[in-house]
Amino acid sequence: MVLAFVEHADGAPDELSLQALTLARAYAGGGPVAAVMIGPGAADAAPALGGNGVTTVHVAELVGGYAPQAWGRAVAELAGRLEPAAVVAAGSDRGNEVLAHAAVMTGAALAANCVAATPGELAEVTRVRWGGSLLEQARLHGALKLLTVAPHALAIEPAGAGEPAVEAFTPELRAEDLVVQVSERVDTSTGGLSLAESPIVVSGGRGVGSSEGFGMLEELAGLLGGVVGCSRAVTSAGWRPHTDQVGQTGTKISPELYIPCGISGATQHMAGCKGAKKILAINADPDAPILASADYAVVGDLGEIVPAITAELRRVREAS
Amino acid sequence: MNVLVCVKRVPITGGKIVLTGDERAIETRHLGFTISPHEECGVEEAVRIAEQHGGSTTVLTLGPAEAEEQLRETLAIGIERAVHLVTDGADWDPEATAAALVAAIEAEQAAGNDPDLIVFGNESADNGNFQVGIRVAHALGRPCVTGLKGITVHDGRVRCEQEAGGGRDVYDVPLPAVVTVLEGLNLPRYPSVPAKLRARRKSVESSEPARSEPRLELVRLTVPPGRGRQAELLGEGAGAAPAVVELFKKLGVA
Repeated sequence: MVLAFVEHADGAPDELSLQALTLARAYAGGGPVAAVMIGPGAADAAPALGGNGVTTVHVAELVGGYAPQAWGRAVAELAGRLEPAAVVAAGSDRGNEVLAHAAVMTGAALAANCVAATPGELAEVTRVRWGGSLLEQARLHGALKLLTVAPHALAIEPAGAGEPAVEAFTPELRAEDLVVQVSERVDTSTGGLSLAESPIVVSGGRGVGSSEGFGMLEELAGLLGGVVGCSRAVTSAGWRPHTDQVGQTGTKISPELYIPCGISGATQHMAGCKGAKKILAINADPDAPILASADYAVVGDLGEIVPAITAELRRVREAS
Repeated sequence: MNVLVCVKRVPITGGKIVLTGDERAIETRHLGFTISPHEECGVEEAVRIAEQHGGSTTVLTLGPAEAEEQLRETLAIGIERAVHLVTDGADWDPEATAAALVAAIEAEQAAGNDPDLIVFGNESADNGNFQVGIRVAHALGRPCVTGLKGITVHDGRVRCEQEAGGGRDVYDVPLPAVVTVLEGLNLPRYPSVPAKLRARRKSVESSEPARSEPRLELVRLTVPPGRGRQAELLGEGAGAAPAVVELFKKLGVA
């Protein structure tokens, strides 16, 4: 049996957790897959997992805000009782965090951000390093294996249509488990399109030359109904805020079209835009690494090219 | 207020990663090195906290002899003491790493340098195991808050802000505590030349910990296949604009 920690919001299971169930089912090799869901609203989201091959959902409706160690305790307690071969979660912020706590509590090793796993006394896992620029093949030791699944590495695969059994449980928490708990929520949304969700992203790198240089990128992005991003070199130079950074340590984006301008294509940056459907690179250097990852390219001075594209786009729209 | 920040030496990988012949590491002969980006912000935050609240700052690393270079860079930023757990450069799994760091921190405690706040990067840039800070916190019996973009020390507590879905989740936990931070927490300062020169003369305390057997055991590394083709060239210079707009039309974004 494999136990999956499934996150949920607004009464529905989280997309990354459903991707993780694909690996959980493969690991179970036809055996049963149970799920654990925690927090307010978990019971409402639980029945939907029947469509993803889950037979039993264990629900702990812990009150109050997210408490990583308490949630880890709930997963660890259930793993102790059910004795699964593995516990699987999404490689999300919370998935990685909850399983790290559960790993300490169960004495298990944890492999984060796996893309494949073969069960066995020594489980063979393939996991991402360097934000996805490298893959690591590793052996995972111990009776219980803990794995998280790299986001967007696996597709959601519907399986079965039965209603899962839903069983409520109340984990035995210790006082120290609730020391770290969300006590306040601050809304910082600007109402505008977010970098992570925008269908078009126009990014600038060191090649843009200055913070003022981003004006022309703003103009093009505005015309296309997209937003502006940037590389790490740009935020380090203080030209743009860190919230605009696309990369391994910035925002991960998956737009329909990504237009990196004056960005060489360092692995740090590419880790953040792997999810882009199409990439149009504008770069002065025909040998820049970004051209090997792009679908289309324009070579030359972006200070001339970007305004020319904007002007042409306006002309064509006015003519039609 | 004593702050201890943990850092890791990693190569600056550039555009293309090349592996060593045994496929167990990155070929670094032609690469520069740095610390993980999240940790640069951790170092900056440690220095700022000490500037505001007084107290000491210590940097701790587990890494090869060459990692002394990164320790000295943090000393140039304003960290006061450096502790180096020297390895032979082999890959340490997260449990072995956490165990070595815990032993070093316990030695600090025994010497009267008990850190009130221990700062980690949320994950290392290279191995990305997402667990060392949490493992260390459990071993020391301290609370751990991860993925922080805001830290405020006040009245023996630390207010922690974490970005989540268009807002920020706030935690307020008692010290001593462990936090893991993200890039964007602050804008790290550049060291001055005199500070760099002073940092070169500072002593670094070093020891050689024993590595426990890995339970997440590296077998080999591979470079994932790329898109496997070069980009289609739409043109050069401003003259390419009509071809680009044609592409926008084709993709339905014009």
